[in-house]
Amino acid sequence: MAATEQEILAGLGKIINEITGIPASEVTPEKSFVDDLDIDSLSMVEIAVAAQDEFGVEIPDDQLKNLKTVKDVLTFIQG
Amino acid sequence: MSANRVRVVVTGLGATTPVGGDVTSSWTALLAGQSGVETLTTDWIDAVPVKFAGTAAVDPAEVLPRPEARRLDRSEQFALVAAREAWQDAGAPEVAPERLGVVVSSGIGGISTTLSAYDTWREKGWNRLSPFTVPMLMPNGPAAWIGLDLKAQAGVHATVSACASGAEAIGHAMDMIRVGRADVVVAGGTEAAIHGLNMAAFAAARAMSTRNDDPAAASRPWDRARDGFVLGEGAGIVVLESEEYAKARGARIYAYCAGVGYSADAHHITQPEPEGRGIIMAMTQSLTDAGITGLDIKHVNAHATSTPAGDVGEVQAVAKAVGTHPLVTSTKSMTGHLLGGAGGIESVFTIKALQERIVPATINLDDLDDGIDVDLVHGKNRTLPDGDIAAINNSFGFGGHNVSVVFKGA
Repeated sequence: MAATEQEILAGLGKIINEITGIPASEVTPEKSFVDDLDIDSLSMVEIAVAAQDEFGVEIPDDQLKNLKTVKDVLTFIQG
Repeated sequence: MSANRVRVVVTGLGATTPVGGDVTSSWTALLAGQSGVETLTTDWIDAVPVKFAGTAAVDPAEVLPRPEARRLDRSEQFALVAAREAWQDAGAPEVAPERLGVVVSSGIGGISTTLSAYDTWREKGWNRLSPFTVPMLMPNGPAAWIGLDLKAQAGVHATVSACASGAEAIGHAMDMIRVGRADVVVAGGTEAAIHGLNMAAFAAARAMSTRNDDPAAASRPWDRARDGFVLGEGAGIVVLESEEYAKARGARIYAYCAGVGYSADAHHITQPEPEGRGIIMAMTQSLTDAGITGLDIKHVNAHATSTPAGDVGEVQAVAKAVGTHPLVTSTKSMTGHLLGGAGGIESVFTIKALQERIVPATINLDDLDDGIDVDLVHGKNRTLPDGDIAAINNSFGFGGHNVSVVFKGA
């Protein structure tokens, strides 16, 4: 039973808010983590660790560096 | 002491303790004789023989923004809360970064992070650890975070000497200013050690009170029925400046940080040396360093942790090094023992006592032990005399470390 894109987006927004303080409402698919949300690489690791717990999906380091936008993460989690 | 030596002043105070979330509330609680020691209800409490502690009155994770708090060990959270209070209290001096230093210590460091990260690693694997695990557990973490927060570049240090750590930090901060390495230094101690392993380990050393039926009465320095120390947590931070720098910017001056004395017992890793020679040496050196005599000292905030072995020996050493005349108290009777944080909060309390000319009474001192000649403040608070006054804060640590810091009224 896979989560819907809306559910994943809401979960991701919550995680990003928790880690960075960015309001969950600003976490929308087209946003770039670095350019739009100003999230650094260690924060991305924190987000990946939390996402693994939340969605049960392993995100290897070599994949993580390719996840540039929120949409990229949504797509990765949906597999 | 040379006549033209740089003099160091205290311009800011910050504290978060078992009796209050800031300096004002903590000091008010001490003057009211309130204990911050309470029964614990944690999930590991059945596995330790001591069921109480001095938990911080205000949870630092509730004070700091959530994204910041989650990257910090609790000892770092306390340090940052107290440092920001002290910095604002000092008027947030616009000092050049290369003239601003930090010396903030902890006795044990990020021990709770170490233990929870170990569990995460064993149960979930290495890739579930926070990338901030190392900066959370390293003992220089509190100093480093404060340095980052204030952009301090003159040197950021963490002196570690168990329960003397906080006082030693203040001594080193004073020295940084006196030798000209900095104009302003943020200094003090922090500790967040209320964890089952620490409680079990201190209990294994037979060092802790087990007065489980009456926690608020458990920390009772110099009382015949004392049976060990009570663990507390929190942080105490001071802002020190050269007198010249502080006066040039029109800062409010609480007190002079006038002298420091260090010694080591070279006797036993945990037991105090019975003759108190190391304590006498530290106190005597602190007087010499401050250029004053024992008669100038009107108040001592004692290390006195409520252990059978340590309390009486300390005040006998006070009588020999300083005299029997100072008003001596142990604020640990109310806060418990903050280990590396003790020298931080107790320096803050010593400075408040000088500023307001009042010494808070030691609580739970109902039946004075034998062999004590000094003037212990108990039963009610006592006032300090008019005119020039000075005070000593004592801190001693496992390992035989002794530190005495002298403050003089402004």
